[in-house]
Amino acid sequence: MVDDKSKAAAYWSANLRLIVGSLVVWAIASYGLGILLRPMLAGVTVGGTDLGFWFAQQGSILTFIGIIFHYAWRMNKLDRDMGLEE
Amino acid sequence: MDQFYINLLFVGASFALYFGIAIWARAGSTKEFYVAGGGVHPVANGMATAADWMSAASFISMAGLLAAGGYANSSFLMGWTGGYVLLAMLLAPYLRKFGKFTVPDFIAERFYSKTARLVAVACLIVASVTYVIGQMAGAGIAFSRFLEVDKDTGLVIASVVVFFYAVLGGMKGITYTQVAQYVVLIIAYTIPAIFISMELTGNPIPAFGLFGEHSASGMPLLAKLDQIVVDLGFAAYTADVPNKLNMVLFTLTLMIGTAGLPHVIIRFFTVPKVADARWSAGWALIFIALLYLTAPAVASMARLNLINTVYPDGVKAESIKYDDRPDWMKTWEETKLIKFEDKNGDGRIQFYNDKADMSDRGWNGNELTYNRDILVLANPEIAQLPGWVIGLIAAGGLAAALSTAAGLLLAISSAISHDLIKNSINPDISEKGELMAARASMTVAIIIATYLGMNPPGFAAQVVALAFGIAAASMFPVLMMGIFSKRINNKGAVAGMLAGLIVTLVYIFMYKGWFFIPGTANLPDNPDNWIMGISPLSFGAIGAIINFTVAYVVSSATEEPPQEIQDLVESVRYPKGAGAAVDH
Repeated sequence: MVDDKSKAAAYWSANLRLIVGSLVVWAIASYGLGILLRPMLAGVTVGGTDLGFWFAQQGSILTFIGIIFHYAWRMNKLDRDMGLEE
Repeated sequence: MDQFYINLLFVGASFALYFGIAIWARAGSTKEFYVAGGGVHPVANGMATAADWMSAASFISMAGLLAAGGYANSSFLMGWTGGYVLLAMLLAPYLRKFGKFTVPDFIAERFYSKTARLVAVACLIVASVTYVIGQMAGAGIAFSRFLEVDKDTGLVIASVVVFFYAVLGGMKGITYTQVAQYVVLIIAYTIPAIFISMELTGNPIPAFGLFGEHSASGMPLLAKLDQIVVDLGFAAYTADVPNKLNMVLFTLTLMIGTAGLPHVIIRFFTVPKVADARWSAGWALIFIALLYLTAPAVASMARLNLINTVYPDGVKAESIKYDDRPDWMKTWEETKLIKFEDKNGDGRIQFYNDKADMSDRGWNGNELTYNRDILVLANPEIAQLPGWVIGLIAAGGLAAALSTAAGLLLAISSAISHDLIKNSINPDISEKGELMAARASMTVAIIIATYLGMNPPGFAAQVVALAFGIAAASMFPVLMMGIFSKRINNKGAVAGMLAGLIVTLVYIFMYKGWFFIPGTANLPDNPDNWIMGISPLSFGAIGAIINFTVAYVVSSATEEPPQEIQDLVESVRYPKGAGAAVDH
């Protein structure tokens, strides 16, 4: 039981670490590159406009897809490694 | 063949498909009615979620919003997709593990409180009803334009179709119909976009064409668009926004609102396992992205095409004569969605931003006004695409409206039959009785939604403010805290939900009128009067912060939740050992 408890705690903190890391990427792609950092990136041109515009209308969405699949893959693997899968 | 018959053929064929699915996927138990038996494949659920999510607003209105606002309206693109990241990591897997039928179910059990259940049901019903009116009205408009019937008749036809598969099949019927509707709507959206992208840029992938070269001028497409809109006195298409705080908060409100909308969350109750719920969120976003990555291309290309139609020889030359206007303008003029007024009496159409003085060109004000929604609907005609593409758009617009309406109606009816009847009023109701109650609630919900679609109340136009504001300020925080904190208790949750909800609604009502009754606003709804430039539409994120804070403070000051509740939180965190919670 004690062993189970520490395993469960390790699983949960691994999940939290992964979530925080993913949310950092999530925020950088949208709020960062797409909105707040756009003026700083105005010099980087992409097809007639700047990188910030591309991130706001395309890049952020592609990044979100990457984040979810990465999270699903890592967590489903963690479930199996720790014997916590359904 | 006459365009009317082509439209009839496409819409008729798609409806026949939905009817076929309805007969095949009848629901025999409450589990089938509420969560499609819990056996939907994650990819199929991803597709159904995409159709559930992409409403008439995504299909018809979003490209129009982007075309009008350019970069400034990118919030809709990021906000309505970024919420899926939150859903995938913070809510969907744990709520799936919990294994019950509705969103208020979780709130009620986790916070061991009937009040919490009732507040959640109220939030769910207000958000979903506001949302569903827009879908019904959208279906009515699509019918009236493409099938030449009266708007109200169109709405009744749409309701009968939804009634058939939603009442018969519940979530099971809705799920498989949504899969078919996704296929119809994505084909309908992308085919005209591919044609237009080919015409303008030579690139068959619209998302690449957007950043490609405008074939006619040899300039990058967006640079060309920036140039001509600026020549006509508008702000540059790619211009940055001055108020970044508001843009950040608006995007955040849409994201957490998306993650907190019950009709989206319940879709993840239908997959077999927790691992499937995670995958399924990814698939949903891929299917959504197919439309959302195309929409900004459609927006900029439609705006360019519209201006080119009015100024065939370039914006520096004379504009088109009213008598020479293309046929599509004539058709849409009949619907009053395009209007022309010859202010300077020269018989030509001047289309520009009349805040800029163009009197040196003999112009006396903008003469062309159009409803933003027609951009997608008229796009194939503007680009002179063949008639079958127009028929496809008709079927696609209806698929988008009906699939979202059905999902919302299920969320509403299950809140009534399961949360109110089964869990509040009559706990002894039998399985059969509850299934009947679910069907009856669905019927009543459809009748009410049809009536409200015909006679839209003032709040129907406030989907973004009401549905997303409420979901962001009340639902999302309480769900997240229920999973990620063991310390939040019943009092904290109820206080947090109410505080977030009330402050958000007051801020919206201050600018938009109390209960949206015209003339009752305290302050004019414009950036000069907004506190720190925060729009009422962006306030849901602040409401969420208030909700989190109040819930934390109140919970810390009161007793810990009982041990069995803390065990419940433990159990939703780990996929293993579902068992107990699955069956009622």
